[in-house]
Amino acid sequence: MIQLAVEIPYWGQSLLRVLGGLVAVLLPAGTIVYVFLFKMMSFMQSRLGPMEAGPYGSMQLLAEVSKWLQKEDIIPENADAKIFKIAPIIVLASTFLLVVVVPFGPDAWFTDFQAGVFYALAIGSVSVIGILIAGWSSANKYSYLGGLRAAGQLIAYELPMVLAVVGVVIQAGSMNLQQIVVAQNTQEIFGLDWIGLPFVLTQFVGFLIFMIAVQAELTQAPFDMPIAESELVSGYMTEYSGFRFLIFFIGEFATAGVFAFIASILFLGGWGVPFSWFGWESLDQVENWMNVVGPLIMLSKMMLLVGIIMWVRFSYPRFREDQLQRFAWKVLIPVSLANIAITAILKVAV
Amino acid sequence: MPAKPKVPGLIKGLGVTMGTMFRTAKNGANTVQYPHVKETPPVRARGVIALREDNCTACMLCARSCPDWCIYIEAHKQLAPPRRAGGKPRQVNHLDRFDIDYALCMYCGICVEVCPFDALFWSPEYEYSEPHIADLLHDKSKLGEWMETVPEAPELEAGAQKK
Repeated sequence: MIQLAVEIPYWGQSLLRVLGGLVAVLLPAGTIVYVFLFKMMSFMQSRLGPMEAGPYGSMQLLAEVSKWLQKEDIIPENADAKIFKIAPIIVLASTFLLVVVVPFGPDAWFTDFQAGVFYALAIGSVSVIGILIAGWSSANKYSYLGGLRAAGQLIAYELPMVLAVVGVVIQAGSMNLQQIVVAQNTQEIFGLDWIGLPFVLTQFVGFLIFMIAVQAELTQAPFDMPIAESELVSGYMTEYSGFRFLIFFIGEFATAGVFAFIASILFLGGWGVPFSWFGWESLDQVENWMNVVGPLIMLSKMMLLVGIIMWVRFSYPRFREDQLQRFAWKVLIPVSLANIAITAILKVAV
Repeated sequence: MPAKPKVPGLIKGLGVTMGTMFRTAKNGANTVQYPHVKETPPVRARGVIALREDNCTACMLCARSCPDWCIYIEAHKQLAPPRRAGGKPRQVNHLDRFDIDYALCMYCGICVEVCPFDALFWSPEYEYSEPHIADLLHDKSKLGEWMETVPEAPELEAGAQKK
């Protein structure tokens, strides 16, 4: 633990944590929207994207947000107003709760759960409730169908995601995300200690399954049936406007960022560099400057993973609903179960 | 000759988007930044309809064939001097009003096709949006001004009958 020169009172620490949480959720979301949604997608379609607001359109997001904030908050007459209003907040809150367990450095974390993986996967599925009640309370058949599709899809892809993570947990021997990072940076592969042991090398199948499941959890194309603008207008978001639509929008991309954080911790070595570079043996010997460099490493790994997610999103057309379900239950789950079995056997045998 | 190894379609698709991205970054986009840069529309683009008032006989064919009923014509009969000396004065239709409501027009061009007296022409001009929808009703004089932007008619094919 860091010995700080100044004693920060409890309320001060809490305030810092809230600010840190806001930064950790909103900064990646804004960066993702600008870099990938505005620019990468435009370039992939041979156009320049927003160019007017700020240099190279970098202030476009501020313009969009202020536009959304000015719009009327429309609630349909037949909608269940209270639930309709709560739903987007539940979706965004699950993202904020998710970032709580993510370690950004040796001491830069919000809470140090022993069962961090378990918590992350459990909280990650809370957003389903928000989406389902958003679809239900809108009193609109498109919203309703979108909400149901989202529920079916998120539950189906929750399973392969959990099962893919189990392989990592077996190999690291811990459910604590900090311990998983340490395990990847202290072990070695092929006798090369300068590379550490990022689990993407040993758990490549698990990594693939996890990324596919994340794609589906985020309802990004090719898994965007709940939104499916050509079939369902905008799915569960159809009736939302202004501020509440903005919350859904931020939630979508903030969750992409946080899931990418978690994936980079589980599979890419998280905030750490291989400890042998600096002769560290364990977490206690890691020096304080890693608390500054660590978040930057995390951010670059997050951008890499979100870049892949978005690249896939912009390239593939949408699955059909039955293909989606079949893919989850008949392909991903058996493969991830086999992955667990093989990992467990190798863990015991080697 | 050995067959090329087949690249799975999923990988190929990713390659297409990534390739396009780098091409756009290197060579620039296929689009132009409109208010700063303007593309010249093709000569026969359907931008706006121009009226040569002298040719119009108020025969109403255009107004009747318009699917959107966006052409308004009013005319009265009057006597014009005879063509040749000693002839009778001729009776002609004088055009009082010829309006096209571009808020309704769907740019089908049937009026231009149907006009038997070459009074209506396509012009490639397209920048005439208005803050008020009522201003999209172009009257006779405004439609006449568009005549300046009408490109030269293409040359007739060899052997075509010239009237």
